Amino acid sequence: MQSTMVEALNQALALELERDERVVLLGQDIGPNGGVFRVTDQLQKRFGERRVFDTPLSESAIIGSSVGMAAYGLRPVAEIQFAGFLFLSMSQLVTQAARMRFRSAGAFGCPLVVRSPFGGGVRTPELHPDSLEGVFLQTPGIKVVLPSSPYDAKGLLASAIDDPDPVIFLEHMKLYRSFRQEVPEERYTLPLGQANVVREGSDASVIAYGAMVTVALEAAKQIEERSGKSVEVIDLRTIWPLDEATITASVEKTGRAVIVHEAPRAGGIGAELTAIINERCLYSLLKPVERVTGYDVPYPVPGHEDFYVPNVARVTDALERALAD
Amino acid sequence: MVTTYSQETAFQILDPEGKIVGPVPDLSNERLLAMFRWMWLARKLSDKIIALQRQGRATTFGSLVGQEASAIGLAAPLRPEDWLVTSYREIASHLVKGVPLATKIFSFRGCTHPSYPVETHCLPIQIVIGTQLLHAVGIAMAAKIKGDPIVAVGACGDGATSEGDFNEALNWAGVYKAPVVLVVQNNGWAISVPRHKQTAAPTIAARGAGFGVPSRLVDGNDVLAVYSAMSESVDRARAGDGPTLIELLTYRIGAHTTADDPTRYRDPAEIEVWKAKDPIARFKRYLVGRKLMDDKKESALVEEVEAEINAAVDEAEAMPLPSPEEMFNWAYAKPFPRLEEERAMLQHYLAK
Ligand SMILES: Cc1ncc(C[n+]2csc(CCOP(=O)(O)OP(=O)(O)O)c2C)c(N)n1
Repeated sequence: MQSTMVEALNQALALELERDERVVLLGQDIGPNGGVFRVTDQLQKRFGERRVFDTPLSESAIIGSSVGMAAYGLRPVAEIQFAGFLFLSMSQLVTQAARMRFRSAGAFGCPLVVRSPFGGGVRTPELHPDSLEGVFLQTPGIKVVLPSSPYDAKGLLASAIDDPDPVIFLEHMKLYRSFRQEVPEERYTLPLGQANVVREGSDASVIAYGAMVTVALEAAKQIEERSGKSVEVIDLRTIWPLDEATITASVEKTGRAVIVHEAPRAGGIGAELTAIINERCLYSLLKPVERVTGYDVPYPVPGHEDFYVPNVARVTDALERALAD
Repeated sequence: MVTTYSQETAFQILDPEGKIVGPVPDLSNERLLAMFRWMWLARKLSDKIIALQRQGRATTFGSLVGQEASAIGLAAPLRPEDWLVTSYREIASHLVKGVPLATKIFSFRGCTHPSYPVETHCLPIQIVIGTQLLHAVGIAMAAKIKGDPIVAVGACGDGATSEGDFNEALNWAGVYKAPVVLVVQNNGWAISVPRHKQTAAPTIAARGAGFGVPSRLVDGNDVLAVYSAMSESVDRARAGDGPTLIELLTYRIGAHTTADDPTRYRDPAEIEVWKAKDPIARFKRYLVGRKLMDDKKESALVEEVEAEINAAVDEAEAMPLPSPEEMFNWAYAKPFPRLEEERAMLQHYLAK
């Protein structure tokens, strides 16, 4: 079946609701409205208000009560309408959900999934597009998933719901309807913590996730056309846990690495990956690791976002620097 | 179910026919006509920005059609030194407070940054639901600490009352007897979630009591009632008698924003019920009764308002867009090397 990411996510949620009685969906406008992006379209009609329900407009309460539901044995899948509003639930996420297992020495887990759209390029108002994954990277106890395609989104969401730990599942708004892909009708899973080599190459490695995978692939193509150099592209798919084995194997092979993310530069995923590459691949490295990222300013106004989000030109430049002898 | 209580039981001065049912505030004919003009300006501006958005000339926008009485009435009693802190829905209130029309329109070109003139005492519109009420309380507390006789008004929607921030703002306002008026425009819906799924309380106004904050339930489509309740509460706050919570019962006629499709969740019959309570028509009936308005005068006024809006659109579209590198100007007060490096990086790509 050819599906968009929105449709693939909708299928994944329907399959999990069908398969596991414990799964409940909660959030703002997810019922009759089907979510502002229609990810939960028709699900309340199919599964009833007991399993799929609208909540009052309170992010902290959505996550806080999900922690309680999870402790009691449900599998809540909470939607936070836009990623910037995760900040309002930060205390529940960081001080509670992330630590439930640790605090109770394993007596209680917190099998909670928090879905939230984010990402630039769609002209949303302030705080809608912000990339918060770096914040969660600094939150032990939580897993962070960022799919880049409909196929991955469906398989990763099934795994996230099945996972015994809290998972933040970030959906890039630009990917929601930008392309269709063949997606199996039945349930399947993709393991969390496993990166995907989306393009093989031998001269340089580009490490990306989410909407930046498309940008990285285009940059790789252009470099290959221009210089004949072959560029490998890795889609992390989850930024925590990080698939260090795939990253190090690739960089050991190519000797050059470019990391691409939309989130601000300072202290982000790029910084963590650079450290890992230095620690594990130093003697294979032929050039310093390059980072192509958002800038260290608050996510700018809609009229400026194209200048903020890394584009193909910025990635090809970084690749050229990395590939120069 | 529209709401669990009705406008009729709320404080009202004009009924939907424009008949006087309460104590009319002492306002000059000029003030009354000015308020009527503001209401038309609010409606026409709202429609205009939606039209611009459809043509790709404006970003996401939330209509305020149906809420003109609330929008104008909540700002009209404020003095220049008073502060107004609101969500995205109250743009017409900002105009009353002195924000230039062209500045407001310019912001919908996707450039919220060149903000309101500081002397209007409006913070930038708030996107995070409900959080501005704490800022209003903080402003009021600061004024009290400094001994300035100003009042802060914080405004939000009914959905916002579910946020922790709303409850914390009420609590602080009560504890510190802050000179603040917290106003809820209860327009029936928070995107697709109806008011009765937002709180089990019979009214939002009723929730003030639990925080020790006096509250009023007001017909939000009756501009005189809104004005009157607001000015009493503002006076009370200025006199040092503390905060008030005001619930304005009104209705959002249009979609939540240009990105929303209300047919998915809302019965069209409901809209008809509320159209019959149109705030502009109601006020007009009253003004006609006082011989201050007639159809001819109204058409002339509407034409004038439309011309003013079109001129402001031209002005806003002639304003230069801020350069992309301005994103580095406002993150911190003073530049430092890292940001200058990143600015240079951006400049490099702009030059390409
Ligand atoms: C903290 C937060 N959560 C979610 C949103 C997304 N959102 C924007 S407007 C809105 C509904 C607001 O309803 P209400 O407070 O009643 O105000 P209205 O728009 O009806 O004036 C929501 C959920 C947001 N902007 N901020």
